Amino acid sequence: MSDIADRVKKIVVEHLGVEEEKVTENASFIDDLGADSLDTVELVMAFEEEFGIEIPDDAAETIQTFGDAVKFISEAS
Amino acid sequence: MFDLTGKCALITGASGGLGGAIAKVLHDAGATVALSGTREAPLQALAETLGERAHVLPCNLSDRAAVEALPGQAAKAMGSVDILVNNAGITADGLMLRMSDEQWDKVIEVNLTAAMKLSRGVLRGMMKARWGRIVNISSIVGASGNGGQANYAASKAGMIGMSKSLAQEVASRGVTVNAVAPGFITTDMTAALNDDQKASLLAQVPAGRMGEADEIAAAVLYLASNEAAYVTGATLHVNGGMSMY
Repeated sequence: MSDIADRVKKIVVEHLGVEEEKVTENASFIDDLGADSLDTVELVMAFEEEFGIEIPDDAAETIQTFGDAVKFISEAS
Repeated sequence: MFDLTGKCALITGASGGLGGAIAKVLHDAGATVALSGTREAPLQALAETLGERAHVLPCNLSDRAAVEALPGQAAKAMGSVDILVNNAGITADGLMLRMSDEQWDKVIEVNLTAAMKLSRGVLRGMMKARWGRIVNISSIVGASGNGGQANYAASKAGMIGMSKSLAQEVASRGVTVNAVAPGFITTDMTAALNDDQKASLLAQVPAGRMGEADEIAAAVLYLASNEAAYVTGATLHVNGGMSMY
């Protein structure tokens, strides 16, 4: 697993308090990992900080799963 | 009780009587304060009176770019913004039949839109800190209405609706959002009234007197404190019993 994926997973695990095994490629933050809409905003904020990137609101809306996040961040950074 | 040591507060309209009193009370409770307002001289004078832990950040709230920049400036000056008091307000009274679009727009812009933008601007830091206080200074007329003040009353009612909505969004993150609705308070805004006007107003106030700015500031201090952590989405009416909601 790439370094980016590891770092994203760490943030997700810490923020949502979920088991690492549950954070799979297609795991939806809201449907599978128990996030509410505010959690997703906070996750995006945490990604921005960790990777020093800016994630615009329209892009943030497309980040629904762990895989989406890793893909977006890999392309942006 | 109500110790704000280590907290940083941004207060708009601090060059006015009410804002100045709020800033002083929060500062006395130990908070670092950022004093914002359009007139720099009274802000500087207040900062000098307060001494340490006081910063001056002039801002014209009808200038959207300046409003966007203010939360960042305040966080830079103080280290964070833990408490935001949206106190700044203007009036441009007139019967609605004769109210211009400009009269309407500028009151909504300064009283309501700026409060939304500043709240949005400070939320990130508050959510990350899992602690924050937003106190919106509304008005009794936001609940009761007042002929000749459709724009002002709409902006003040809007602040209450905004407070309640945002309160629901961020309650789980330790951020509370409340409103204080003053009645008739001795400030520059009410000093313009003549004696007859004051007498007829006072006839509607069971307490039989106008309120003092300090009495509003005390309500803000409470809502800004740790002790008020379980109070959110509330409107605290401070009006001498003039109207009871």
